[in-house]
Amino acid sequence: MTPASDTARVDTAAVDTAPVDLVLAIADDNLIVAQRLGELISRSPDLEEDIAIANVSLDHLGQARSLYTRAGEIEGRGRDEDDLALGRDERDFRNAVLVEQPNGDFAQTMVRQFFLDAYQVPFYDALSSSTDESLAGIAAKAVKEARYHLERSSSWVVRLGDGTDESHQRTQAAVDTLWRYTGDLHERPAGGETVVNSGVAPDAEPIASTFDATVRSVLADATLDVPEDPYQRLGGRVGTHTEHLGHLLTEMQWLHRTHPGAQW
Amino acid sequence: MVYEVPKKDGATDPEVAGNPGGFPLWEVFIRANRGLNHVHAGSVHAADAESAVQAARDVYTRRSEGVSLWIVRSTEIHASDPDGSDAWFGSEHPYRHPTFYELPDEVGHM
Repeated sequence: MTPASDTARVDTAAVDTAPVDLVLAIADDNLIVAQRLGELISRSPDLEEDIAIANVSLDHLGQARSLYTRAGEIEGRGRDEDDLALGRDERDFRNAVLVEQPNGDFAQTMVRQFFLDAYQVPFYDALSSSTDESLAGIAAKAVKEARYHLERSSSWVVRLGDGTDESHQRTQAAVDTLWRYTGDLHERPAGGETVVNSGVAPDAEPIASTFDATVRSVLADATLDVPEDPYQRLGGRVGTHTEHLGHLLTEMQWLHRTHPGAQW
Repeated sequence: MVYEVPKKDGATDPEVAGNPGGFPLWEVFIRANRGLNHVHAGSVHAADAESAVQAARDVYTRRSEGVSLWIVRSTEIHASDPDGSDAWFGSEHPYRHPTFYELPDEVGHM
């Protein structure tokens, strides 16, 4: 064994990675969905929607930046927001598999957003009482943005679901496709329970039940069915992603990896 | 990637309020601060009033331009005739401005 690898091993063991992983999980949810929504800039159905989607994307990006900075501080190894967003590989990402799913048609984009918003509102609401004051502050600001996102995405889901035959069928197809990825939102990275016990992260259970109530009520208004298939594809929180994330990261990270530290 | 909605053979987009294939137009009014009036800011296309308010929020208040929004269907705006503007607005009545007398100092700010 070389001295270098010996040092690396000791270093890893000395750091309690659970709180860092938890903050990275929240940050990664935001970064990945921001990137997905960013793909639609200049390609939305109309100007109004283009700007609205860009606004939502930038809200998520802003949340990700604050969270990466906080994760780097907790980790204490000198990694900044760019290192964490652009220097990690697929297996290091802790986002829920929901957010990496492709945009699909407009219904799929909006249903994905709706599921994320329905989770983030109660999550940020609870996180704003975190014992970590930085996280509590970030969450208190983010929950305002999340509430608007939820208002917007749920009104789109109702309009599309309860709209024409075509829009109903497409939106139901999106719900059926994405439902199996929603369980992953409530999963926590390894060691998550210690972070909950220390009061840094909120308990997942009440958030999951608020999510469930929101989703069922909006889908009912939208005349859409909640899928009965109980299968849930989990694993994003421990780095086991679907095939889509690698492609997304390739596009998102290539500039930073080709020209590390490049400046405008 | 562009969203394309396939149409049945021979189907055309419905014409909505003189805007072929699109959503109706709404005029947007923003109040910048408490105590000020709502001022016309522009317009948005949207399917209904609730979507129009959301679109107006996203398009016209991105940089904290306001604290309140009104929207109204553009077809509900009735305008004066631009051809008659000379008869309506062209004559000068300078004596209607309160500039022909001096305010006593005691009045203070008016």
